[in-house]
Amino acid sequence: MRSRIKLAGLAAGISFLALGSAQAVEIEYWQYVFDTRVQAMDQLIANFQAANPDITVKHTTFPYADYQTRVVAAKAAGQGPDVVQLFYGWLDNFVAGELIQPLDPAVFPYEGIEADFFPIVSAMKRGDNYYGLPTAVRSLALFYNKNLFTEAGLDPENPPQTLDELVAAAKATTKVDGGGNITSAGITLDMAGQDHQWWREVLIRQMGGEPYNADYTQVTYNDEAGIAATKFYTDLQQVEKVGQAGFMDEGQAAFRAGLAAMTIDGTFRLGAFSSIDSFEWGVTELPANADGTRSNYASYFANAIGASAQGEELEAAQKFLAYISSPEAMEIWLNVVGELPARRDVALTDANLADPIRGPFLKGLEYAHTTIFVDEAAQRQVAIDMANRILLQGQSVEDSVAQAAQEEQAIIDRAAN
Amino acid sequence: MASASAQAGAAPTGRLWDRFSIRTKRVIWAWTFLALPIVFYAGIRFYPTLQAFWLSLTDWDLLRPANFVGLANYQRMFADPQFWQVFRNTFAYLIIGTPISLVVSFVIAYYLDRVRFLHGFIRALYFLPYLTTAAALAWVWRWFYQPVPIGVINGFLSTFGIPQQPFLRSVDQALPSIMVTSIWAGLGFQIIIFMAGLRAIPSTYYEAARIDGLGEGAILRKITLPLLKPTTVFLVVFSSIGFLRIFDQVYNMTTNDPGGPLGTTKPLVLMIYQTAFSSYQMGYAAAQTVVLFTILLIVSLLQLWVLRNR
Repeated sequence: MRSRIKLAGLAAGISFLALGSAQAVEIEYWQYVFDTRVQAMDQLIANFQAANPDITVKHTTFPYADYQTRVVAAKAAGQGPDVVQLFYGWLDNFVAGELIQPLDPAVFPYEGIEADFFPIVSAMKRGDNYYGLPTAVRSLALFYNKNLFTEAGLDPENPPQTLDELVAAAKATTKVDGGGNITSAGITLDMAGQDHQWWREVLIRQMGGEPYNADYTQVTYNDEAGIAATKFYTDLQQVEKVGQAGFMDEGQAAFRAGLAAMTIDGTFRLGAFSSIDSFEWGVTELPANADGTRSNYASYFANAIGASAQGEELEAAQKFLAYISSPEAMEIWLNVVGELPARRDVALTDANLADPIRGPFLKGLEYAHTTIFVDEAAQRQVAIDMANRILLQGQSVEDSVAQAAQEEQAIIDRAAN
Repeated sequence: MASASAQAGAAPTGRLWDRFSIRTKRVIWAWTFLALPIVFYAGIRFYPTLQAFWLSLTDWDLLRPANFVGLANYQRMFADPQFWQVFRNTFAYLIIGTPISLVVSFVIAYYLDRVRFLHGFIRALYFLPYLTTAAALAWVWRWFYQPVPIGVINGFLSTFGIPQQPFLRSVDQALPSIMVTSIWAGLGFQIIIFMAGLRAIPSTYYEAARIDGLGEGAILRKITLPLLKPTTVFLVVFSSIGFLRIFDQVYNMTTNDPGGPLGTTKPLVLMIYQTAFSSYQMGYAAAQTVVLFTILLIVSLLQLWVLRNR
């Protein structure tokens, strides 16, 4: 009898312990490995846990190349994350694979999202539901080497503002050896870098075209504007001779080495370029066309709630997602990672707009477009091949653009089925 | 020990066990020991292989459940010009790479065998690239092939007034450029195997041939090459499979445009990798894998048949 009481006491004690542990919720957050992103997230988690002592957040990271596969494999094993980071372009796959769940409008009012965030957040909307919120966004700008500008007799504080000025500045800064080989490029030409985005969302629009229809299901660049944009790009090498695809292997490497006066790249490159100490560099908005039309390409990683999160884990995940999309988190992210805040009021402060580096990227966000990719790598390859057919095989610009449009349409159609 | 515990553990079957002949018992024991590697191989090799055949008939994309689509993946593949480009590339690696690498390594082994001075050192020099990680080799060569100002080879050419070559950025030169590095990287291994084969030929044959007055050329043709046949067969099969599965060099030398300009260096394995782990079209990738498997099987059987002992 006595032993039975003891046993009951023990059972009660165990269940009490279990109750205690149930009150402290642990949720799991997943992102890919990138040094500053991991540091920033660790800082955010520390702040969040201090404010919510009953919640612990486990931070798990994977190499970028494996990231999607890991998320999918974890889903198959029934051990998905509670809050997960994803590139906006993966959303269709993540929704179709039931890896994430829609945000509850009671916790995240949709009108509030549309009012507070930059309009590109709409790429996280499917049907009536929002599936995730970004902490930070990225845009493109023109980086230029002030030393090379000065050397060529250009004003380093007055970088090119139009496409014509861009070509003129590139011509002035290109250096060639006796054999006609470029030894220092005016502008980097690297379709595999950010140039395909520049071509797709900026140049085509500036030539009066649209790269795709409104919902990105139809390729619409096989027209005069698309041809003009492509010709402008390939002429930089073939006619103006101010750059060469493959020079110094990669565009960013050429700029970093001080052997390219200008390069088009994104906010994510700021970290790598900040360690340059052999020359001074500046940033300016992507050049406008003759009519003053500007465009930009913006992208972002968003955070979403895993499909498996339920009950108090779901509640904790919602709290955490709200915190990492808050103005405070965005400030931390901006300072640690260098990516731009996704909320307008946090991003567009006077101090940020006046900042010589953040300013041009922020201005670009106002008129940026976000391509809805179905397979970013494959669609990028279409642009790379298009340029290569012209530069290496001498195919006409018209034929190459037509072929690219056909190939890209096939990729989009296949994904839709 | 094992049999003692088996007898103690299974008393009723003990009598059955005693009724087996020694020969049967031996067979049973052999299979018992063989069972472990067989189960292991069946689990991690054969089962996934069969699974790949099944996957190639589905539209699996890793996320949604797989649907049976019949031969649609194969139809798509055979209608895809990119696939035929990759197919040609793969055979170019095989048909050009294997003979060149074998001839070069044989010539080096043949003469190195006669060198006494610094023999070990020279052999180590040839073997060194084989020990180095393929990715590291590929990156070093990638920089060698760059245009001026960083490319060593082009820098060398332009000091002599020869126009610089595009190498990896050319639709014609990219594949040979990669093949050269890959032949060079595998040379050390083939030289060592050839030298082992040469050493295994009894010197009495050579002495007898010399006494009979045979010239060096005749000795090479009548004695050395025929007796090296097993070594050659091994190296041909080994090197062919290596070239058919080439991946590291290509991937690392052209990461910013994987598979070279317009896919002119892309081998089948790289295409499979991209289809599976970049586009997540697992079914289509499995169909490509089945094609690669078939090619490897046919090439290996063909070579064994051609070089068989008559």
